[in-house]
Amino acid sequence: MPESTRVTRVTNAADAVPGERHPGEFVRRTEVFSADDLRRAHTRIAHEIIERNHGGGDLVLVGLHTRGPAIARRLAAAIESFEGVSVPVGTLDVAFYRDDIGLRAVQPLGPTEIPVDIGGQMVVLVDDVLFTGRTIRAALDALTALGRARAVQLAVLVDRGHRELPIRADFVGKNLPTRQAEDVRVRLHETDDVTDDVIELWGPAEPGPSGSGGHE
Amino acid sequence: MPEPSASQTLIIRGGRVIDATGERAADVMIADGRIIEVGERLAVPEGGADCELDAGGCIVAPGLVDLHVHLREPGDEEAETIETGARAAALGGFTAVVAMPNTTPPLDDAAVVESVFARGATSVCDVVSSGCITKGRDGRELAPMGELHRLGVRIFTDDGVCVAESGVMRRALEYARSLPGAVLAQHAEDPSLAAGGHMHEGAWSSRLGIPGRPGAAESTIIARDIVLAELTGAPVHFLHVSTASSVDLVRDAKARGIAVTAEVAPHHFTLTDACCAGFDPLFKVHPPLRTDADIAAIKRGLADGTIDAIATDHAPHTPEAKERTFEEAPPGMLGLETALALTLSELVEPGVVSLIEALALLSWRPAAIAGLGARGHGGPIAAGAPANLCVIDPGLAWEVDAGRLASRSRNTAFAGRKLTGRVRHTVLRGEPVVIDGEARR
Amino acid sequence: MRHLLSIDDLDRTGLEQLLDLSERFIEVTHRDIPKVPALRGKTVVSLFYEDSTRTRLSFETAAKRLSADTMTFTVGSSSVKKGESLRDTVQTIEAMGIDAVVVRHGSAGAPKRISEWIDAAIVNAGDGCHEHPTQALLDVLTLRRRRPSGLDGCRIAIVGDVRHSRVARSDVLAFSALGAEVTLVAPPTLLPESLEGWPVSVCYDLDEVLPNIDVLYLLRIQLERQHEALFPSLREYTSRYGLTAARAARLPADALVMHPGPMNRGVEISAEVADGPVSLIAEQVANGVAVRMAVLYTLLGSGGPVA
Repeated sequence: MPESTRVTRVTNAADAVPGERHPGEFVRRTEVFSADDLRRAHTRIAHEIIERNHGGGDLVLVGLHTRGPAIARRLAAAIESFEGVSVPVGTLDVAFYRDDIGLRAVQPLGPTEIPVDIGGQMVVLVDDVLFTGRTIRAALDALTALGRARAVQLAVLVDRGHRELPIRADFVGKNLPTRQAEDVRVRLHETDDVTDDVIELWGPAEPGPSGSGGHE
Repeated sequence: MPEPSASQTLIIRGGRVIDATGERAADVMIADGRIIEVGERLAVPEGGADCELDAGGCIVAPGLVDLHVHLREPGDEEAETIETGARAAALGGFTAVVAMPNTTPPLDDAAVVESVFARGATSVCDVVSSGCITKGRDGRELAPMGELHRLGVRIFTDDGVCVAESGVMRRALEYARSLPGAVLAQHAEDPSLAAGGHMHEGAWSSRLGIPGRPGAAESTIIARDIVLAELTGAPVHFLHVSTASSVDLVRDAKARGIAVTAEVAPHHFTLTDACCAGFDPLFKVHPPLRTDADIAAIKRGLADGTIDAIATDHAPHTPEAKERTFEEAPPGMLGLETALALTLSELVEPGVVSLIEALALLSWRPAAIAGLGARGHGGPIAAGAPANLCVIDPGLAWEVDAGRLASRSRNTAFAGRKLTGRVRHTVLRGEPVVIDGEARR
Repeated sequence: MRHLLSIDDLDRTGLEQLLDLSERFIEVTHRDIPKVPALRGKTVVSLFYEDSTRTRLSFETAAKRLSADTMTFTVGSSSVKKGESLRDTVQTIEAMGIDAVVVRHGSAGAPKRISEWIDAAIVNAGDGCHEHPTQALLDVLTLRRRRPSGLDGCRIAIVGDVRHSRVARSDVLAFSALGAEVTLVAPPTLLPESLEGWPVSVCYDLDEVLPNIDVLYLLRIQLERQHEALFPSLREYTSRYGLTAARAARLPADALVMHPGPMNRGVEISAEVADGPVSLIAEQVANGVAVRMAVLYTLLGSGGPVA
């Protein structure tokens, strides 16, 4: 029963603080997105980005490690197929800009590589899950150090709530109400050892029936 | 409770008396500073005894004699004084210690030497002054050895430094032949080989990048001085012998009938250069801590009589002096309060030497080298002899606590070490200066 | 990792993590604004008992690029002799409220001693003849960047005064931890008295090893040790162990030349080789800042053990 074994890997590593996690056994609650759902979500977000930005002219997609780069590349491919424009894709690591350095082991997750000068460009930050907003806050600082974008927008696959900063996403695959103790797990074939993309909601095992209201 | 004093009558009850003549169960009765009777179940004399010391399960031995202590007075009384050093000595079972001359000013002058003798005479251990071989211990001109000899000096040494010049050492030895009982004691480390070094030169010094003092710095001087002793006919005593090849040289010289004697320090048969791996200057000492092979050779030398004495090289330093880097801190470690227990734990218990051999190394052999028999040290425990004794509880287990040492300094290399055997009582000239492990004054 | 006192504080994984982190900081140092806010509010003190402007500036630049505050405490050798104990000195500095102390000291083990007296993280910036771990880290980083396959099997000759070299002690540990095969090349007077436990081989003849190495690491000849009679003359040293143009020509085509600096041109290395294409010397200096950023960030910012 692999699905009920405790998974220690934290999917949305950037937003999760291991110390806050309950020690109890984690079980899968629901599937949020299947591979097909995810494909449709990418398509919709790509359309929204084009629509909001009147084409793809001065766009730069910047994915946040670890899964943002893969998502950004999918969005760029979609935009190119709809609009015929090639959108530059960069990667951004926010470790050195985080506000919890020294409180836990904050290590870079990948290189920062943006192939164009972002000065004057419309930058869309891309990440998998929006949670407390602290990663995006760090990303905005990291981006500022690289140049002065004309504007910055945010695209995420899942917005799970529980914001701790005044930050919102411009493009959202799905708004998913969650509890603090739960975990949204994103698995992409580019970054994770899976053949089919999937997003699942995991949480501590409870005595009652799954999803039966609660004691929050 | 009346203050015990030298004039009282004292009975040491129920111990096992051991001295150079052998071993027997006996009480020891003392009056007016001398032993008046040794025998089983001695009757309390008329008028009663002023003090009865329990020696049940203990060894009653002649007071221990340390040929090699640094009491830092005059000059560095922050680290130790004759008074505090003597108290540490008494607690360690010593009734006589030889104070090394590397004080400030050095013991190369009659006035300074006289003052050490004077202070030593009133302390809780008989502190005997050594005298310098050369003026200012600088290895060039001879100190007034005859004058110092007249004051009672028998051990002449520049300890802390080696008399490096062969010609100077030869003249000193020749001159000493005119001074009955005088012995030249060499700190054998050739400065041209050891200079700039801070620990044993070997695998550890190479790894740690600490400049080394090779064992050869010691053995080359020992080899040379053996030849000079042979040439001059004057005796040489080798201080703190630390290497295997030194032990071999001394053994060979003795076999050839050359008048050499040798001492080792407890740290040289218990600790190795690996102790320096943490860069803690508590383990810095000259000559340096050597290797396991050297320890094994020293133990063989102790077992076969090549080594004559165990001497502490008690070298107090203030905490500030040791709160430096390994290379910057001064060498030396405390020894008086741990020497007996280390000897019992590391030599007697594992069977390297017998108990009586251990006492010989700590008492009557060093007493003989320094001519301290004439001052009543080293036994025998017999009627009429001066009452300089120690009572040792050989089975008492204890842990070294640097904070509880009587020395003014704290630089023991053995803090936290569990040892077996401790002094219960020490009697100096009939006065119980240590009773039940506590100094009386 | 609480302190960086010796390369021994790191195992292979820890070393590789530090090198990976250094790569991130190399990227940062190439930006227009080569600075990140990672260590805002932290204070890094340079405590230099020996003059070394290069190393001190490298550390201070690293600290500043991490947005840490820096303080410099240079101790003239004369004031050391005035008698303030090392412990008093560092406790005074700690009372100013600091997070890390970068220590350069002429005596082996000084950083270790200091780490026992105060709570701040201690970085060894060179202690006597003991170690210089950040130099070794920048050396392996520089090599790794030139050899994408890593150091496994890399044949490195370290030439010169190994006996008195803290760089050599750290490099031997770092190179061999990453799988390199290290040969020490020097006359016996410049080799450690004992090499027991060292993962190295020894050769007295530079010309013998030249054709069979991938990296030639030249140590600085400390001219101030001339009076110790470690070798007959600089001329003789250069003739036997100096990397002349003629010797450089006998190196394999892709061999690399390294030197920790500062160089004695014309002694251990000729000018044309030092500035030549096989030399990584300028790259070593450039990588020094990134490596020191990685070390400071790991000690002060990562909040957890690395190794």
